[in-house]
Amino acid sequence: MSGHPVNETELQAYVDGRLSAARAAEVAQYLAQHDDDAQRVAAYRRQNEALQAAFDPVLAEPLPARLQPGAWRLRFPLQRYAIAAALMAVSGLAGWQLHAYVAAERAQSVYLARVAAVAHAVYSPEVRHPVEVGADQEAHLVGWLSKRLGTSLKIPHLAAQGFSLVGGRLLPGERGPAAQFMYQDIKGQRLTLYVRVSSEARGQTAFRFAQENGVGVFYWLDGRLGYALSGEADRGELLRVADAVYRQLNP
Amino acid sequence: MLRGQVLRRQKQVKRPVSDVFAAQAMQCIPRLRRYARALTGDASAADDLVQDVLERALVKQSLWREGTDLRAWLFTVMHNVFVNQVRSAAASRTVPMDDAVADLPQPQSTDRLEIRDLDAALQALPEEQRAVLLLVGLEQMTYDEAARVLEVPIGTVMSRLSRGRERLRRLMQGLPDAAPLKAVK
Repeated sequence: MSGHPVNETELQAYVDGRLSAARAAEVAQYLAQHDDDAQRVAAYRRQNEALQAAFDPVLAEPLPARLQPGAWRLRFPLQRYAIAAALMAVSGLAGWQLHAYVAAERAQSVYLARVAAVAHAVYSPEVRHPVEVGADQEAHLVGWLSKRLGTSLKIPHLAAQGFSLVGGRLLPGERGPAAQFMYQDIKGQRLTLYVRVSSEARGQTAFRFAQENGVGVFYWLDGRLGYALSGEADRGELLRVADAVYRQLNP
Repeated sequence: MLRGQVLRRQKQVKRPVSDVFAAQAMQCIPRLRRYARALTGDASAADDLVQDVLERALVKQSLWREGTDLRAWLFTVMHNVFVNQVRSAAASRTVPMDDAVADLPQPQSTDRLEIRDLDAALQALPEEQRAVLLLVGLEQMTYDEAARVLEVPIGTVMSRLSRGRERLRRLMQGLPDAAPLKAVK
């Protein structure tokens, strides 16, 4: 036994495993001869274990809406500028903007394509937090977004096309909530599927395509739902994936 | 030297602090919630606290230096917000706290009751002792980290830890030191 007496601070550090191995061995020897302190140390260790057992489950709880990124992240001034910049980049489009208001139905679907392209441009470059709910909680994601959009949503699986689901988020749409699902291939290339609901059914439209600033969008209406698939991929690949999405949604 | 500073500044302009801040802050939310739950003993009060902390942190984000430990900084913000809340609500809080102690379940109980027991005993500790005990025992911070979060010397952390643990032990085991608590009633 060393001549160095054991003090209270060292007993606490022993509880937390913060002593060197050599000193911890000496403290253990000391405790073998001092029953009162040994009982205290054992009780303090049980406290640490009890605290973790009682409160660690909080880590796994889903976040309430008011703590979710969408609820507070837009307060960042710089983030707002980023969204404004993306809006300008995508809406400064020459071709399809001109025809936007030719017909009401057409205007509506063009609006859909533009909003989807903006959402893609804003969120797909995110490295650390591209989605609000990850693919590991897919059931929660579908349930949550279905509830918010007021319709039963389906998430297409695009593994056969080489894309896996990253997750999804809630977005503000034209008249209410909209959803964005994000996919990624093995190279990290991302596609987003934007879904919004209108109050009335608008029939079915064929695929339409818009492209500007490297973001391509295939978009279509299906009853009350409007879909837009956006990505930087080439038109042929995007169409192949859009077709797969359509088939899964309309089996 | 000067060139390094210029380069660093350019880098910061390229990558806005708020993006880094947002990404890192989001990763801290679950741990802030866990700590807040244990600190307040109430799920909705805890989320109120986390929300307050995030809002305060957003306003003050320029005070956080990129590259330093954001988690420690957010815990410091939480500590300050919590202490202010406790102080401003001190009078109204005393009653519910005493009620909670009076409702302590019997020692021989199920796991679920033991958790409530632990919860109630934690709430019966002085706030300063509870904070140290949780930062060390639950959040598993080093004593040095806890001292920085609470902005007190490390010696103060050690003495609060020692007193807090002993008091909690006596509360949980129904030993005599719990007596001063009853005197509060």
